[in-house]
Amino acid sequence: MATRLAVSRCGPLPAAARRSPLVSCRRWFGASADTVYDVVVSGGGMVGAAMACALGHDIHFHDKKILLLEAGPKKVLEKLPETYSNRVSSISPGSATLLSSFGAWDHICNMRYRAFRRMQVWDGCSEALIMFDKDNLDDMGYIVENDVIMNALTKQLEAVSDRVTVLYRSKAVGYSWPGPFSMADSSPWVHITLGDGSTLQTTLLIGADGHNSGVRQAAGIQNVSWNYDQSAVVATLHLSELSDTLSSLVWSTSHDHAAQLVSMDKEEFVDAINSAFWSDANHTDFIGSAGSMLQYAVALLKPSKVSARQLPPSVAKVDAKSRVLFPLGLGHAAEYVRPRVALIGDAAHRVHPLAGQGVNMGFGDISSLLHHLSTAAFSGKDLGSMSHLTGYETDRQRHNTALLAATDLLKRLYSTSATPLVLLRTWGLQVTNAVSPLKVRGH
Amino acid sequence: MGGGRLLSSFWGRSLGVLRAGCRVGQAQRPRLTSWAVCSNSQLIWTLQSKPWVFDEYRTMWFKSCRMTFLSLNRMKSYWQLWTRLYSTSQTTVDSNEVKTFLAMAHKWWDEEGMFAPLHSMNDLRVPFIRDNLLKTVANHHPGKPLSGMKILDVGCGGGLLTEPLGRLGASVFGIDPVDENIKTAQHHKAFDPVLDKRIEYRVCSLEEIVEETEETFDAVIASEVVEHVADLETFIQCCRQVLKPTGSLFITTINKTQLSYALGIVFAEQIAGIVPKGTHTWEKFVSPEKLESILESNGLSVQTVAGMLYNPFSGYWHWNENTSLNYAAHAVKSMVPDHSGPAEVVFKGETEEPQAEVSTIPGVHGELKK
Repeated sequence: MATRLAVSRCGPLPAAARRSPLVSCRRWFGASADTVYDVVVSGGGMVGAAMACALGHDIHFHDKKILLLEAGPKKVLEKLPETYSNRVSSISPGSATLLSSFGAWDHICNMRYRAFRRMQVWDGCSEALIMFDKDNLDDMGYIVENDVIMNALTKQLEAVSDRVTVLYRSKAVGYSWPGPFSMADSSPWVHITLGDGSTLQTTLLIGADGHNSGVRQAAGIQNVSWNYDQSAVVATLHLSELSDTLSSLVWSTSHDHAAQLVSMDKEEFVDAINSAFWSDANHTDFIGSAGSMLQYAVALLKPSKVSARQLPPSVAKVDAKSRVLFPLGLGHAAEYVRPRVALIGDAAHRVHPLAGQGVNMGFGDISSLLHHLSTAAFSGKDLGSMSHLTGYETDRQRHNTALLAATDLLKRLYSTSATPLVLLRTWGLQVTNAVSPLKVRGH
Repeated sequence: MGGGRLLSSFWGRSLGVLRAGCRVGQAQRPRLTSWAVCSNSQLIWTLQSKPWVFDEYRTMWFKSCRMTFLSLNRMKSYWQLWTRLYSTSQTTVDSNEVKTFLAMAHKWWDEEGMFAPLHSMNDLRVPFIRDNLLKTVANHHPGKPLSGMKILDVGCGGGLLTEPLGRLGASVFGIDPVDENIKTAQHHKAFDPVLDKRIEYRVCSLEEIVEETEETFDAVIASEVVEHVADLETFIQCCRQVLKPTGSLFITTINKTQLSYALGIVFAEQIAGIVPKGTHTWEKFVSPEKLESILESNGLSVQTVAGMLYNPFSGYWHWNENTSLNYAAHAVKSMVPDHSGPAEVVFKGETEEPQAEVSTIPGVHGELKK
C-alpha cells in the first residue's frame, strides 16, 4: 500500500521521479498513511529543536517516532566564525542543566560561551543601581550566541536520527484536529498538511513556531498581546577597558530612536551609547537627594559589605554590520494546551528582552513538558491525552504569568522619566539591593 | 407503590435500613425481573419441589419490587442451590451484567465521559502491573519495558487497560463477553498501527479459552471484574490454569464493607452519578480477606494488597493503606503443578447445554472496567 501511495504521488512529477526515484519518493514511504508519529514539533528554532532533542534522548521515548518540522534550510556551521554574532541569549543555570541532559551543553562548551557571575542594573535617571551576584562561586548565567546553540542542538538531533526525523524546508500549511468524541469513526489523530501537499498524522502536536504561531492560530487559542511602542537594537560592542572584552548590547527604545541608532554611523553610535550610560541629563537634584537619603538610612539599618561598585562601561567601538533592530511586544496565550496540542516557547509567551528571560522560559517549558510526557510514556498513556497536558499547563502558566507580569511592569516603570515613578523605582532599586531575599527571588 | 410498600414491610424484618434496602432493591430490579421472567419453567419446578418458598416467590413474581438484603440473600442462595442441582452450565459470566454493559458500550473512549474514573485509574494500575512485572525480569528494553510478555486482559471492556499495556511493548490478548465492547475496542485500536499488531481481541469468556491457552500467559489481569463474576472460585481457577508457572495475577476490585456500600453504591451511583446506576451489586463485592483465601487455596501466593482511593473532585486516584473501598492485589502462581478438583468436573460437564437465560457465560463482565 505504501508503494502504491508513492507511485501515485510521484505521478505528476514524472521527470523528477525518473531522475531520482528514491530521493523524491523516500519521503512518502516515511510519511505513508500507515505512519502515525507519536510527537510532531512544529518549528525548528532553539526551543523547538531543543524539545525534539530532549524527547529523542529520553529513555522512555526509545520506541517512539518524533518529527521536527522546520521551514528554513538546515544550517551547518563548519567552522566557528571569527566574529561574534549579534544575536545572543542569556542562558540561566537551569537551562544549562536541560541542555546538558541531552548532551548539547558539551558542544557549546567546545565552541564558545561566556559565564557571568555578576549583573548590575543602572537607572538612567538617578544614581541608584542594583547588583546581583552570588555569594558562592556558581555562575549566574551564560551568554551564548544563538548560532552556537542551534549548532549544538543540530548535532544532538543527528545523534538520535533513528527516533527523530527532521524535515527541513517544510512548513505546515494546514491542520485538521480530531473530531469530537461523538464522531467515533473519524481519525483521532491530528493531521498536518505540508506545503508540498503531503500529510502527516500525529498523536501530539507541539507548537514551537514563535510568537506568530500558526499552530496557536489554527487551534483557535486566544492570545493576549500588545506591542510595545519600542524596538530593540542589538549590537556587538568592544569595551575600552580590556582589549579582548566584547559585549553584547540590547537597547530598547522608541521606534524612531531605534531607527536612528541603526542608521547612524559607527562613531555616532558609540557616542550615543556612552552618553546614555554616563549622562546625568535626566538626573534631578530632588531625586538625587531622595536617593542618598534612603541609602543612608539603609546603611544604618543594615550595614552590608559593599562590593566594588562597578562603573558603567565605556564603549570603544562597535562591530561592523552588527546592528539590527526588531520590534518588541508582549504576548501570552490564554491556553497552553488543547487535546493533542501543546504550545511551548514564544508561541505560548512573548516577553520583553530586558530581563533576558525569553528563551529561558521556553527551556523551562521544555523541562516541564518533557517530565510530563516521559511519565506518560512510561505508563503507556496516549501522549495527546489532556490529563497530563493540563498538568504541564498549570505548572508553566503559574510560573510564566508571574514572570511576564513582572517584566511588563518593570518595562513600564523604566520607560518613564516622570519624577514620582523615578523616585519609586530609585527607592525600589535601593531597597531591593539591600534586601537579599528579594534579589534572589527576582533572579 | 402501595403494593411495594406492603412488600417492603412484609420483608421488614431485614437488618438493613429500609430505605437503603429499597434502593438496593431498585438497583436489583432489572436483574430480578428478568430472572423471574426468564426462568419460567424452572420457577414452577422450584415451586413444586420447595413449597415453603412458594409464598415468597409468588409474591415476588406478582409484585416484582423492592427487596431487602435478607430476602435477596435468601433467594440467591436458593437460586444457587437450584442452579447447582439442575444447571449444567456453570460459568462465571452473569448475563444480566452483560446487558447492563451493552448499553454503555460506545462510550468507553470518552475520557471525560462516564468512564472517566476508569481512564484515570490507569495512572495507578498500569504502573502497578508494570513495576511488578519488571521485578521478574533482569533487564528490559528501554521504551518497551514489557516487550516479550504475553498478557491476558480478562473483561477488557473497551480496551482502556489493554492499550496502555500494548504501548509498553507487551502482546496483549483482551477478552470480554460483551461483543459491543470488543467491537469498540477493535475499532479504537485500528487507528494505531503499532497497537493493531500487538493487541488481539476476542468475544468470549475465560472458561472458553482455558483449554487452548493453558499455561501461556506471563500475566493475567482482572481489573474491576471479580465483583461482576458469578462464580469467583471457578474464575480464579481458570486464571491459574492459563498462567505460566510463576506468572502474575493482577486483580483490582471493590471491598464489601458498609463504607463501600455508602460511598460506592449510594453516593457514587445514586447521588453523584460517578458510576452509572446499576453497575455494581454490593453483595458481589469481595473483601480482600476472602479474595486472599481463595487465591491461596488455589495455589496463587498473594504478594501485595493495596488500597486505592478516588477523589471525585480532582478526578484522580491515589494509593492508600485503607482497603475498605477499592483495592488492588497481586498474586503469583506457585510452581506446584495443577491437580484436578471437584469444580473442574462440573465445569467440563457444562459445554453441551445450550446457553439458557439462566446460564452465566463463563468469563468476565466488561462493565465499568478498563
